Amino acid sequence: MSRRSGTQSLTRFLVIRLLSVVLILFLISFLTFSLMHLVPGDLVKNLIGNRPATPEAIAQIRAQYHLNEPFLSQYFSWLANALHGDFGTSIRLNEPVSTAISARLGMTAVLTILAFVFAVATAIPLGVLSAIHSNRPTDKFITAAGLFGLSAPSFAIGLALLMLFGYYIPIFPVYGIGSGGINTLYHLVLPSITLALGLAAYLIRITRAAMIRELASDYATFAFSRGLKPRKVYLIALRNASIPIVTSSALLLTYLVGGTILVETVFALPGLGLLMEEAVLFKDIPVVQGLTILIALVIGVVNIAVDLSYRFLDPRMRDSQ
Amino acid sequence: MRKRISIPGIVSAVILAAVAIAMIVGSFVTGAATKQSIMDALLTPGSSGHLLGTDALGRDIGLLAIAGAMSAVLGPVAIALGSMVLGIAFGGMAGYFGHGVDGFIGRIADLLFSLPVLLIAIVVAGIFDAGYWMTVLLLVVLFSPSDIRIIRSGVLEQVNLPYVEAAEMLSIPHWRILFFHVIPNVWNLILTNLLLNTSVALVTLSSLSYLGVGVRPGSADWGRQIADGRTIIFDNPAAVLVPSILIVAVAMSLNLMGDWVSSRNELRGIQ
Repeated sequence: MSRRSGTQSLTRFLVIRLLSVVLILFLISFLTFSLMHLVPGDLVKNLIGNRPATPEAIAQIRAQYHLNEPFLSQYFSWLANALHGDFGTSIRLNEPVSTAISARLGMTAVLTILAFVFAVATAIPLGVLSAIHSNRPTDKFITAAGLFGLSAPSFAIGLALLMLFGYYIPIFPVYGIGSGGINTLYHLVLPSITLALGLAAYLIRITRAAMIRELASDYATFAFSRGLKPRKVYLIALRNASIPIVTSSALLLTYLVGGTILVETVFALPGLGLLMEEAVLFKDIPVVQGLTILIALVIGVVNIAVDLSYRFLDPRMRDSQ
Repeated sequence: MRKRISIPGIVSAVILAAVAIAMIVGSFVTGAATKQSIMDALLTPGSSGHLLGTDALGRDIGLLAIAGAMSAVLGPVAIALGSMVLGIAFGGMAGYFGHGVDGFIGRIADLLFSLPVLLIAIVVAGIFDAGYWMTVLLLVVLFSPSDIRIIRSGVLEQVNLPYVEAAEMLSIPHWRILFFHVIPNVWNLILTNLLLNTSVALVTLSSLSYLGVGVRPGSADWGRQIADGRTIIFDNPAAVLVPSILIVAVAMSLNLMGDWVSSRNELRGIQ
């Protein structure tokens, strides 16, 4: 059965994937839009927020959201605006949602990329090491560390690091974003380590399991018995193990999305996570809508990229066009 | 091959038993634990009458942690159980009946599986000011896709075995074969995932309550206690450390028990 799906052409595969992502985005946009109408309280009042509810302001809101029209046509005019990047005005910040998001995008991008690099750089070697020494003390120690990473909520880790490096060993800055450039990167060390810990724990588990499976396969046994250097065999096995590792990175992304909110809250970093948390607590619906669509888009794109890389990593799928 | 008892296993069992006791004891001391008194605020650990000190509101940290066990652990247990019920019902049907049923349920489960659980829980529960049990219900739904997938794959391994065919020959109703013959055979899978899911749910729910979602301000809950303690982190570190250590210890114990159950299962398969 997998042969059959493996032989479909790349274009067909891409078109199907793209269509399903578009469909999901469409569905999510509809749910996100409905959020506005489902929030408890009067819609216009919610959208005006703390601004004075003058008749002009009310009229402006009604016009902007087409509130005099039927629900579906409201949705489509909202969607048309959203497709142009216009998600309306933030109630809390009193600035366009797109401005609020783009001002904070960079911070979150740097934080997540740093965390991802830290996680990959530590977890894959540790996972391989664990697999090579499976069921021996090294493996047990690494597995236990991974278990800790999975079990520790990132906000607790963040606070513990804050306490440790802010008070007892003050070598890292604990709050704020610094003065730009290298200084900002320096400020992001603790937050990204916090975020990386959970990621690394997942990655260690996946890498270990995939490597153990590869090392137990016939080709590995054969390569060892032919007298190949173990290091060489490990590299070959890692290349094959990379398929499940890469496939799992879509799952890692869903972890990152939630983790960023917690980490930015703990370290008071003005990124998208903190923006989301404050928007939710303040019921700043336009910001929540804009961020939700953005995140859904990123998840969709990454999923397609992962599917594509899967096809390129596995020669059986690549050659079949 | 009969390695049934391990030291981490014993330690986890003891920790989980202690938490179960704390949940019972805690429900009797909630009133005393959440009583605020400014006179006793910010006592450091070792103060008389307050072994672990007090927080900014004068609440005893140890007592508050015991009282918080119920809120921190009961929800996750309910989440794991609820999502497993959905997993057994839908995953069982998908695996047993196959074809269209499988296609339909499988497609939906796949779709929901790639959703960021924590983010959706924060947005939905936060926007609607969901209470504790509404948040738990939301997490039941968000957790169920992974259970559906796992039970489905477990049932798929069983449906082609002779005993299922034999039961069908006896014209036992399908629902009866599924729930009384097949499901008991994936019991180990169910138990493993109940334990692992409780652990994940504990971390998720405490993350929510740390952010102030799902748990009322002032109530006894580990996540909430950490959030309240972060402002006095340098005055009394215990306010943050005690509930943090408890969350990590319980989550790790659940994970270890889950691994233990699944490895026991594998050993039995080898024999």
